[in-house]
Amino acid sequence: MNKQTVAYDSKVEGEVIVTRADAVINWIRKNSVWPMPMGLACCAIELMAAGGSRFDISRFGMEVMRFSPRQADCMIVAGTVTYKMAEVVRRIYEQMGDPKWVVAMGACASSGGMYRSYATLQGVDRVVPVDVYVSGCPPRPEALLDAMIKLQEKIKNENSVKNLLTKHPIKKIRKDAVS
Amino acid sequence: MSEIEKSELLDRFTYLSERESSDHLALNCPAEQLIEFCTVLRDEFQFDLLLDVTAIDWDVATPRFTGVYHFYSTVKQMYLRVASDCVDNIKPTLPSLVPLYSAADWHERETYDLMGIHYEGHPNLKRILMWDSYPYHPLRKDFPLAGIETPLPAEDVVEQTNLQVSAAPMMGGPFVSSGDGKMSQTEPKAKDESWNEEKGK
Ligand code: SF4
Repeated sequence: MNKQTVAYDSKVEGEVIVTRADAVINWIRKNSVWPMPMGLACCAIELMAAGGSRFDISRFGMEVMRFSPRQADCMIVAGTVTYKMAEVVRRIYEQMGDPKWVVAMGACASSGGMYRSYATLQGVDRVVPVDVYVSGCPPRPEALLDAMIKLQEKIKNENSVKNLLTKHPIKKIRKDAVS
Repeated sequence: MSEIEKSELLDRFTYLSERESSDHLALNCPAEQLIEFCTVLRDEFQFDLLLDVTAIDWDVATPRFTGVYHFYSTVKQMYLRVASDCVDNIKPTLPSLVPLYSAADWHERETYDLMGIHYEGHPNLKRILMWDSYPYHPLRKDFPLAGIETPLPAEDVVEQTNLQVSAAPMMGGPFVSSGDGKMSQTEPKAKDESWNEEKGK
């Protein structure tokens, strides 16, 4: 028999699929990311476009935008984070259940962008741990989708079972003596 | 504003003086008479809309602060600018226009927040943009654009993140195009490229 079967073969395995728990959990998680749109400025408009029919984020299982942190697992920070808002962003992040991820969308969320001023937090990674940064001002919806696919890759390689059985690891935020 | 009304105003209110302006009519009005004058403006001259309240910081000059108001008449379709010097340089004070124009409420709070003008008689004069315990007035001339190190009010968040307001200098900016040559070769960039975040530490 020279025909090779790589995947599941019902003749051999019957009704049973053998795999790793990590793979299953990650597969489920990565295809059902529920984002929380933290839309704070102009980038949020592109985030909305990504949810619309033209760019259609639901192709990746992410269309369930939740406006409550309790129901979401990926915060998309889309916009300029002021110092006044920073504390709110952090609180909302803390209210999200584990596992959770953060995408910093656009120059402002990633680094403060063009707002080098007294009021603007110079990068949201100083208050919440960011998983994926998206460049652009604003990034096109494709760029956000690309970032979300990158996030899926990241989710795919997590040690979910270990994290489930032990205390969920706390991700680090950026700490530096700021410029 | 027609010439007739302008002279009528200037004749009737001797404390008014005309102010240099490149567009609409502008008048100087002393702070003590501001309420009286604005009441007449609204009730008799049909300036029914207060468009803007702001202030100017003249830095070292005295008086240091000048409050500026923009009125519009929807009847006559005309603008009028009224400026009023604050007598005190340390605690600049102006009468609040909220009893006359409710539009003044948030405008005055903003001017108080960013310029530190105290509006006497304002029903709720607290900061509107910066948080309540913020100690500075950031649009004043002596405040650096980059900001000043300031602790944040939320203790629980600060405990977790060590976050505070830190100065954000321009890293050799502003970032401008030299403007001579092809666009592909004259992208906006910092004039002083020796500076970067690593070296700045
Ligand atoms: S990165 Fe640009 S588009 Fe996005 S919030 Fe900042 S200024 Fe707006």
